[in-house]
Amino acid sequence: MKPWGLYAIALRTIVTKEILRFMRIWVQTILPPAITTTLYFVIFGKLIGERIGEMEGYSYIDFIVPGLILMSVIQNSYANVVSSFFSTKLQHYIEELLISPVPNWVILGGYVVGGVARGTLVGVVVTVISLFFTDLQINSYSLTLLVFVLTSVLFALAGFINAVYATTFDDISIVPTFVLTPLTYLGGVFYSINLLPSFWQDVSLINPVLYMVNAFRFGILGVSDIEIAVALGIILGFIGLLTLFSLMLLARGVGIKN
Amino acid sequence: MTALTIDNLHKTYRNGFEALKGISLKVQAGDFFALLGPNGAGKSTAISIIASLVNKSSGSISIYGHDLSEDREAAKRLIGLVPQEFNFNMWEPVVEILVNQAGYYGIPRKLAFERAEIYLKQLDLWEKRGTQARWLSGGMKRRLMIARALVHQPRLLILDEPTAGVDIEIRRSMWRFLQEINAKGTTIILTTHYLEEAESLCRNIAIIDHGKIIEQTSMPRLLSQLNTETFVLNLGNPLEAVPDLASYRVKLQDTETLEVEITREQSMNDLFDRLSQLGITVTSMRNKQNRLEQLFIDLVDRSKREAP
Repeated sequence: MKPWGLYAIALRTIVTKEILRFMRIWVQTILPPAITTTLYFVIFGKLIGERIGEMEGYSYIDFIVPGLILMSVIQNSYANVVSSFFSTKLQHYIEELLISPVPNWVILGGYVVGGVARGTLVGVVVTVISLFFTDLQINSYSLTLLVFVLTSVLFALAGFINAVYATTFDDISIVPTFVLTPLTYLGGVFYSINLLPSFWQDVSLINPVLYMVNAFRFGILGVSDIEIAVALGIILGFIGLLTLFSLMLLARGVGIKN
Repeated sequence: MTALTIDNLHKTYRNGFEALKGISLKVQAGDFFALLGPNGAGKSTAISIIASLVNKSSGSISIYGHDLSEDREAAKRLIGLVPQEFNFNMWEPVVEILVNQAGYYGIPRKLAFERAEIYLKQLDLWEKRGTQARWLSGGMKRRLMIARALVHQPRLLILDEPTAGVDIEIRRSMWRFLQEINAKGTTIILTTHYLEEAESLCRNIAIIDHGKIIEQTSMPRLLSQLNTETFVLNLGNPLEAVPDLASYRVKLQDTETLEVEITREQSMNDLFDRLSQLGITVTSMRNKQNRLEQLFIDLVDRSKREAP
């Protein structure tokens, strides 16, 4: 019989440790996305946005709010796990977990929930800030929440894989800078792909972030460039793949065991 | 009952280095066991495999009858490890390090705090409970790792050079503490470069070299293999020349210090009779070299000569 009580306590320990970690350094983890997003709202939403006019039937600031919220969730879920798990490896206190009877899925679950916790907190902060600039009307609370959480889980898993392979601090900044940021900016946060020529619309469809941003926007505004069922299927598919891959890495001890 | 059974354990690293060449070992429950060997002999690799920090190439390990591969979680619950290098989060307060470690073993937070208090007090760290680990001295960090390894109350405690770089006063207090927990039933495996530490604490011993066990026996039996011992005698009256002590090999270190080598066949009584006959007064004496150290060097030298 599995010791579920042990697993639950171990999971709570990792999650509590992760939350305490990012709360202890809130000036580095919570404050910067709040300031950056406020600047986006002021510059793109108000100053430039008022000259752009409507997009998909909504004022420009209303159109970009869902994307900006999700962008902060993506970046922070990823950043939390990649930096925390890499530090765990670097200072060797991953050994505290490896020697203990905690199964790999609990280790992975703990770090992912920690990433989701930071993504959620930052997402909520950004949402509250957005209320100073726009009246946020939620089209579907359940879909909004579902996409919010699933996207956060997906990028927490991606951050975990990045940390497993990382051997230097450069390795944990290369992917966010050269992969994550371009995918997010080109993922329909600031525009509808209907504005693009058909070739670039097709190219945009290979960007997974596009599906998340559009599903989240549909949850809030009720408009999307993408079929929602397809978007959810793609998000869940990626979560499944990355979970299996992460567990395989842990089982083989890649990057953490000799 | 056997606390640890290692059977034909092999480890070859990716770069082709064969760290362990099929070691087999048994440590009885309640033992205080020394695992000795020169640097790079394979001690830390063996310990890391037992602690699941390194993957084995082949072979098997069981802890109190639980196979580490088949019955992983049950086996792991019984092990506590004090590693050679500091491996805790330097930014975390001392008490949090212990409470988190307890949490990984499924110990509820309230009980974890109670246990943390017990072990931090026993290891003189309670006053530092709220201090971030990075601010502790080297000796305190070593004691913190011992407290952390004990917080889930393991039946087998493995210490990989726990007293390295620790001053003699703290080292002795750590020895007393380890003897106490061993007396209460915890099996202890110790690796150390301080051989007097192994000699005074451990009842059984294995020596590993070039990835193989070259000796495994009880401490008294091993020490009885010693053929010669060298003693340093401090003299009451200065000597001008080396005295004639017949079959004893003698060397004058300085005018008031004499070095005498005694074989197993010779006796101390006979030596002192001869010294008295020559009118030489001995005020004190000591072993020139720790007995285990002398044997250790002999065994490792022999192993090197026999290595292909």
